[in-house]
Amino acid sequence: MELLLQQAMAGLATGAIYACMALAVVMIYQAIDHLNFAQGEMAMFSTFISWQLMAWGLPYWIAFAAAVVVSFIGGVLIERVLFRPIHNAPILSSLVAFIALFSILNSSAGYIWDYTIKSFPSPFGHKPLLGGLIDTHEAAMIGVTLGLLALLYLFFRGTRLGLAMRAAASNAESARLVGIRVGWMTALGWGMAAAIGAVAGMLIAPVVFLEPNMMLGVLLYGFAGAVLGGLTSPGGAVLGGFAVGIIENLAGTFVPYVGRELKLTIALVLIVMVLMFRPSGLFGRSVVSRV
Amino acid sequence: MMLEVAGLNAFYGQNQALYEVGFSVDDGQVRTLLGANGAGKTTILRALCGMVRVSGDMRFDGRRISGWATEDVVRLGVAHVPEGRGTFLRLSVEENLQLGAITRSNRHEIAADIERIYANFPRLRERRTQQAGTLSGGEQQMLAVGRALMLRPRLLLLDEPSFGLAPLIVEELFAILRQINTETGVAMLIVEQNAALALELAEHAYLLETGHVVMDAPSGVIAADEAVRRSYLGY
Repeated sequence: MELLLQQAMAGLATGAIYACMALAVVMIYQAIDHLNFAQGEMAMFSTFISWQLMAWGLPYWIAFAAAVVVSFIGGVLIERVLFRPIHNAPILSSLVAFIALFSILNSSAGYIWDYTIKSFPSPFGHKPLLGGLIDTHEAAMIGVTLGLLALLYLFFRGTRLGLAMRAAASNAESARLVGIRVGWMTALGWGMAAAIGAVAGMLIAPVVFLEPNMMLGVLLYGFAGAVLGGLTSPGGAVLGGFAVGIIENLAGTFVPYVGRELKLTIALVLIVMVLMFRPSGLFGRSVVSRV
Repeated sequence: MMLEVAGLNAFYGQNQALYEVGFSVDDGQVRTLLGANGAGKTTILRALCGMVRVSGDMRFDGRRISGWATEDVVRLGVAHVPEGRGTFLRLSVEENLQLGAITRSNRHEIAADIERIYANFPRLRERRTQQAGTLSGGEQQMLAVGRALMLRPRLLLLDEPSFGLAPLIVEELFAILRQINTETGVAMLIVEQNAALALELAEHAYLLETGHVVMDAPSGVIAADEAVRRSYLGY
């Protein structure tokens, strides 16, 4: 029982990061109808930026804030420079662009900061909480994710800009007809997704250590969470992320033969199962289009 | 002249849909585009809003708007109620109205305008928190018109406002459109299959056939011309 609870809590903590990544994936999916395969590499690059700033002597929170802002701007630029010109092109063009972005970010991070594993600090420390069930950093991962979700909810429900972004995502042509600059809303979505990814990267880095390939598995779990919750539902994606974290951890501990080595397979099995039996996810809408 | 179009050609890919079309609408006027299916009526509205490829001259207040992006034309004060209404189905009625005014900034005026829309369309007030997709066809059309008015437009483009509505609802809608025109002085360009109704509301009509304007006359003249009525308007 003790072990079960402990593993579930640890799963909840990593699940928070998957939830962040799932949220970032869904934000871009809503705007452009494609999965951003480079989401993880964008987050990794952001994390390296904050690491570099700290290496130059800046305090944690300043480096944190700077990385979030730089990532937001970077996300907007990626949309404007790379994806705007091909937004009407067939799906394969976008796919190639995503893979290109993935390799560019991955290799440049390796080139600039090399592939040795670096440790990344946590401002929350690792003191045990709840009698050792969870530590302070893990609790912070959950808290920050929930806070982020609440902020996004307020932004999308309570502000005119948020309303405009929802309108642009739900019907681009109608959005243009009320005067919304849909292209900029898409860019804004990219910026926000990049910023969310940056937060996720900086929170997970103390756990998985910092290196150019750190986000590969995390993004897969993020995809699994997003698919499980439904790619059209931000709230569902977050729940999906948490669920995947818990499933991953419990299966790794309690299902024989899975262990650490086969954990990543669980994410893939989950994706395939959801796509087979409930393609719109647990909370998503299935879109019916008239021909 | 507020809107002046001359020598307008429009294209869908290789296919030309409009040929040297010319017409105009001035402040406060209501004009209508009539013609059979496929005559190019909807294409004219889409061309005005930069939604199809065009050549030719379209001017709004003397500024050339050919080739402009949709959102820039809208920001000049051109509101378009498109075919199929263009409602945001998953958003609430009130959010749809808010979106109509998304380019405006004075919150008090926007709130006052929403109240005015509710006064014109009481049914929308009752359903203000419902998702727009749950409204009936007539309510959705009223929402679409209300959303367009939230822009405080100078020109309202209406594409088949009577489409799919029960006759009583259509009469109600057209009565409200007339009232809005006299109260606010917003000009209207209406595309309608129901020619009798459109000719009643509009003072001037353009008759289209396969992308050409074949007649350009006051509504009374067109309504009185039996040959035209029989061959083009079907009533």
